[in-house]
Amino acid sequence: MNTEQRIAELSRFTTDVRRYERDFCLARVRDMVRIRRLEERCAELYGEGKIRGFLHLYIGEEAVAAGVMPNLRPQDNVVATYREHGQALLRGLSMDSIMAEMYGKVEGCSRGRGGSMHLFDAATRFYGGNAIVGGGLPLAVGLALADRLRPRSDCVTACFFGEGAVAEGAFHESLNLAALWRVPVLFICENNLYAMGTALARSEAQIDLTVKAASYGLPTAHINGMNVLAVFEAAKDAVAQVRATQAPFFLELHTYRFRAHSMFDAELYRDKSEVERWKTHGPIHTFTDRLKAAGMMSEDDFAAVDREAMAEVDAAVRFAEAGTWEPVGELARDVCTPAAAQ
Amino acid sequence: MANTRASTYRDALREAHREALARDPRVLIMGEDVGRYGGAYAVTKGLLAEFGEARIRDTPLSELAFVGTGIGAALGGLRPIVEVMTVNFSLLSLDQVVNTAATVRHMSGGQFSVPIVIRMATGAGRQLAAQHSHSLEVWYAHVPGIRVLAPATIEDARGMLWPALADPDPVVIFEHAQLYNLEGELADPPPAVDIARAAVRRAGRDATIVTYGGSLPRVAVAAEELAREGIEAEVIDLRVLRPLDWETIVASVRRTHRVVVVDEGWCTCSLAAEIIAGVTERAFFDLDAPPARVCTEEVPIPYARHMEEAALPMPPKIVAAVRRACGKA
Amino acid sequence: MIEFRLPSLGADMDEGKLLQWLVAPGDAVKQGQVICVVDTVKAAIDVECWHDGTVQRLLVEPGTTIPVGTLLAVLRESGESAADVEQRIAATGAAAVPAAMPVPAPPRAAPPLAASAPAERRRVSPAARRRAAELAIDIDDVPAGADGTVALADVERTARVAAAPLPAAARAPAPAAATMAERAEQMRKVIGAAMARSKREIPHYYLAEDVPLASVVAWLGERNAGRPVTDRLLLAPLLLKGVAAALRRFAEFNGYYRDESFAPAEGIHIGVAISLRAGGLVTPALMDVDRKDVDRLNRELLDLIRRTRAGSLKSSELSAGTVTVTSLGEQGVGAVYGVIYPPQVALVGFGRVTERPWAVDGGLRVMPVVTATLAADHRVSDGHRGGLFLAALRDLLQNPDELTGPTTP
Repeated sequence: MNTEQRIAELSRFTTDVRRYERDFCLARVRDMVRIRRLEERCAELYGEGKIRGFLHLYIGEEAVAAGVMPNLRPQDNVVATYREHGQALLRGLSMDSIMAEMYGKVEGCSRGRGGSMHLFDAATRFYGGNAIVGGGLPLAVGLALADRLRPRSDCVTACFFGEGAVAEGAFHESLNLAALWRVPVLFICENNLYAMGTALARSEAQIDLTVKAASYGLPTAHINGMNVLAVFEAAKDAVAQVRATQAPFFLELHTYRFRAHSMFDAELYRDKSEVERWKTHGPIHTFTDRLKAAGMMSEDDFAAVDREAMAEVDAAVRFAEAGTWEPVGELARDVCTPAAAQ
Repeated sequence: MANTRASTYRDALREAHREALARDPRVLIMGEDVGRYGGAYAVTKGLLAEFGEARIRDTPLSELAFVGTGIGAALGGLRPIVEVMTVNFSLLSLDQVVNTAATVRHMSGGQFSVPIVIRMATGAGRQLAAQHSHSLEVWYAHVPGIRVLAPATIEDARGMLWPALADPDPVVIFEHAQLYNLEGELADPPPAVDIARAAVRRAGRDATIVTYGGSLPRVAVAAEELAREGIEAEVIDLRVLRPLDWETIVASVRRTHRVVVVDEGWCTCSLAAEIIAGVTERAFFDLDAPPARVCTEEVPIPYARHMEEAALPMPPKIVAAVRRACGKA
Repeated sequence: MIEFRLPSLGADMDEGKLLQWLVAPGDAVKQGQVICVVDTVKAAIDVECWHDGTVQRLLVEPGTTIPVGTLLAVLRESGESAADVEQRIAATGAAAVPAAMPVPAPPRAAPPLAASAPAERRRVSPAARRRAAELAIDIDDVPAGADGTVALADVERTARVAAAPLPAAARAPAPAAATMAERAEQMRKVIGAAMARSKREIPHYYLAEDVPLASVVAWLGERNAGRPVTDRLLLAPLLLKGVAAALRRFAEFNGYYRDESFAPAEGIHIGVAISLRAGGLVTPALMDVDRKDVDRLNRELLDLIRRTRAGSLKSSELSAGTVTVTSLGEQGVGAVYGVIYPPQVALVGFGRVTERPWAVDGGLRVMPVVTATLAADHRVSDGHRGGLFLAALRDLLQNPDELTGPTTP
């Protein structure tokens, strides 16, 4: 299936914005703009050498996080990948702590130990930040198992991963185990069509990923990942079902990243025209356009949201700049749990 | 005078698991054939009937997923014991152990602990050929963030599980397949043991033999033979492969001035190499002879019995190495 | 080409351990310059080179124990080129590496070591090396075991052998990093060996003479009156002057007996027995005693004592003595009957100065008296001559003015 076909198909998933509260919609705009401005600034800072290592940006995929995260409760667990800044921010990690972590400062959410790929937050049950493709899926199954074995638990473990993970054995083993043991994992596959430089069609004989999940007995759904309300609705239903049945669910979200896999990527594997075509379906402007058309949001409203987001990013950068480096003498800290903490 | 009763290494392990399941509701066991089958080595026999399916969980052949699931469950507040049938199959789950279990604490800046216990059978000697005979303890001992145990006695088989479960960090326990049938006396009630120190199993003044796991009985046989020749070997059972108890090892070498390490792994880049490097660093001026290693020959383990025995560090090779170290080759 | 060899620094020295080179190839050396430090059982000795030259090659590594006479270095003289010297070295084989000292243990069959080269590094276990240092045994003296390695057991065995009485020709083990007590222990053994040899080879005869010292004491009193304590003359330099003057007249007591003949020495260099705090005796020489005035002798004696106790003697001082004087007066003994230090042929002893009843001019006085003794080699002199020598000494000591005058009688 080529881009045109895919986009045409996704157009079937539009929603009517007027069915939603204005505040709710503005909140979603805010969520997506915050992610977007954060990611853009990270790209800039990376170029300046402030952020190092690997940096995987969520630009273009904001609707996924913005649509899923509002459906989760504080007691739920979130497992994500190395492209997790959006999920982390909307789960509740402060932009300050995220930016400081990118800088490698000790004030970062992982004390500067993890960087972009390893954002963790115990308070919000955010379990990373995993750099091994597919590595988070077994972890999610285990977290869900622990919840499942607690009496009266109705928690959900949301597990984000890219379509590339579907090739790893961990995907199959985890879905099978989750279904077999009936654990409350919401498997959220962010299908952005490229696993680094390899297009889905070149690595999977079966590119309908829901078929794979269904083969393990999971209920599944295809979602237009560029449409925040579509994502929200699908996630709402799926989360509710997982919570109620304490059994797994598989969502395939069709989305696209407008930037390279990471900062080092020359994007030789896809046409610039393809990217441009996808940009016309960008999650933010398509949503705000419809909101403006429906009279639910003005230019000024958007400008205010944008200004706030930029201010938040600026403050985060200042926070990170002012941060401190972890003392080298603490290198061996937290290899093991100290005796006093046991 | 303490009571003792007859037991086996296997029975002791089973009792340890039963005790853990009974004492702590957070404990559960996951692994291939641990439930209905009763355990590939019969360690968990009877536990499914006693504790139920929620806590004794048969897994599909998905080492990567069920070890990762164990890690997730540990993060989520449970105390899982994940049984990987053997170290040979554990390679499939090495990513989860090395990249998640061992790293989460350090990588998250100390926010999480992973209190998982992973048990696996290891070693050769039953003509199971190349893919079922590995001793890869050293691969795990290499990694910061996990503790690695090798119970070699019935007492340790009985006693090490509870402190391993109490440890807030990942613990990997290696059970040499040849030890399951080991018979002996176990004190009643069984003593608490630590998971920190090596043990001097036999005192001696002429040479120190350092070993662990399934090699301990072979070393004991060799020590008896050496004693008949007038060489008194001191035998150290490491018990803990990471972190190594250097204090005990070095104190012994300071007394005997000679060290021979017996390790069922291959020599190259082995645990024996680590011990010799550490002894050389710490006790160089106490050495009266070059340190020596007796390991598995640099070959995949063959099937034919005489060939397998030729490959493994059996007592005659151990005796010869100690004799050489004592200048009595 | 100049060959710089390890000198004997004492009768009881057969070998030494080179501790340190103070020059490097290419350095210019002046006659009398100390160019290396050698450890002997008694002290670390600065060794002088007696020629002008330029260091061509250093042939022995610090830490090596070598026999006396070993070629330590080769120097080139002015006018010689480095190439010339190298040729001569090659031609004479002068730079052949010295063999290690013979050791008293029976020879062992060592299996051939793979690819061994002459004088390759010995295989010594770290524990053996450390134990040898503890026992003050030179590890190079420990023979290897059957496998070609030196181990703890080999060191222990050597230590037991070393504790047994040494044969006369055996070398003294040179200590590595020995403690004071261990050094003293070693020294005692060495002295013992030397004394045993002396008594075996030299037919000693002994004579004694009581020497009144009233004149000397009075002379000293006058001389020292008004001087601060640090400037005061001791008795010893006067006694030494007396001995030197007597030796001028009786040459058969000053020189060396070697190869079954006696050679009288040109200069009179008196070996002064100095006890070390940790025990043992060293006898460095005061040079040309007959030619120096008493004040200078006093200064030099004090300096010698200080340097001896500090362990910083020159090699020439230890080996140059032509006769030895020992005074145990401070220890309170009346007379000393000593043992001659070969290859010397005499040893003069002084006991304690005591106040004694003395007949003077038909009356009794209380007189400060010292008993002087002579131990002499009967192969070179006899009692008659010895008696005359002691009488001369006595007479000389009655006239301190003449003794200490600008020229010796």
